[in-house]
Amino acid sequence: MQKKRGSLKKNGYAAAFRAAFPQTIPVLTGYLFIGMAFGVMIQEKGYGFLWAMLMSLIIYAGSGQYLAVEFFEPGVSLLKAAFLEIMVNIRHVFYGLSLLERFEKMGKKRLYMIFSLTDETYSLYYAAKVPEGVEEDKFLFAIAALDQSYWILGSGIGALLGDILPFDGTGVDFAMTALFLVIMTEQLMDRKNRPGVAIGVGCALLCRVIFGEEDFVLPAMAAILALLLAIRGRLFADEGSAELADAASLDACGAGAAGAAGAEPAAEKPGGRLAGDGGLAGKGEKKDAD
Amino acid sequence: MPERGRKKMPISVGRTFAVIFVVSACVFLTRALPFFCFPKGRPVPPVVRYLGGALPPAVIGMLVVYCLRSVHPALPPHGIPELISAALVVLLHRWKRNNLLSIGAGTLCYMFLVQAVFPQG
Repeated sequence: MQKKRGSLKKNGYAAAFRAAFPQTIPVLTGYLFIGMAFGVMIQEKGYGFLWAMLMSLIIYAGSGQYLAVEFFEPGVSLLKAAFLEIMVNIRHVFYGLSLLERFEKMGKKRLYMIFSLTDETYSLYYAAKVPEGVEEDKFLFAIAALDQSYWILGSGIGALLGDILPFDGTGVDFAMTALFLVIMTEQLMDRKNRPGVAIGVGCALLCRVIFGEEDFVLPAMAAILALLLAIRGRLFADEGSAELADAASLDACGAGAAGAAGAEPAAEKPGGRLAGDGGLAGKGEKKDAD
Repeated sequence: MPERGRKKMPISVGRTFAVIFVVSACVFLTRALPFFCFPKGRPVPPVVRYLGGALPPAVIGMLVVYCLRSVHPALPPHGIPELISAALVVLLHRWKRNNLLSIGAGTLCYMFLVQAVFPQG
């Protein structure tokens, strides 16, 4: 990291890294310790800290690397390993979908940005504000690179001295949960995000109850997709100013494409749609209670 | 660094590299799939644009549940540490709206609860 900062100073990367660092501190805390836990695990398996850091460098996935430790056994088929890894990481498919256009401006950094798209990095892209005077592409890259450096460092420390550190880190991984909770709280402050959050929480909770801890992510993703598509044009107008009432009318205008956002509300649409927001949120919360 | 009686690698170096390569490729595949499906320079279909805008709040909601997936309300400690700490994070954040404060206090609260109040076995 240090070397990179020095040589890239002239291009505004130094400013980007300086601006990004404070925003990555929650991930710093979380990754150091979750990374250390991985380091301890892999070390107990018979692999030194260089292996731990190498894996964090070229795999870079929390649950993916924890799972990979189990594949370091004689007789595990690579095909099975591949299948399990894809299932464990399948939620990542959603992240790229919402970053397609934002990453188009990343130039040569694009491939690394895609590679480094972890849960935490993805959510920081939504939590962190790009400060004035800092270019967005460099800022996002700084977040990605800092996050991975914490992860590599953590796994190295864990493999090297995990079992002689006097500090009891039990529960420190809650930092990641807290990070997502903070972002969710932020999202909930904006009225137009509420149905989305309710759908995410509701579908995930319901699927967690039905399918259990290990297998709920894929059904939850399918349910989220289905619901979001079902309410398309009703709740998410492309024009931020459009009230829910107008948004509801888009449905009547068909398609609900961006261009239609300014269209006049269709008279024949019943006001019943207006309840969409509250109704949906209510549905989500009812699922919570289950 | 003394060797601390370290175990030997259970599989060969070559095999280890093969596993790392396969895992790395699969993880990358899940992250890159949308970018393969909708390559740079070509217009993104309106449905996908819509999903791109609508997904983030839902994904964050899903991630919160994902992080708490191992909580079993029926088994002790009945998710109480998680519930208290999560409530603290949300309330503190609504009050002060300071990311580091909310996350730091929530994490310390959780660590205290699981280490001192509800220690496991």
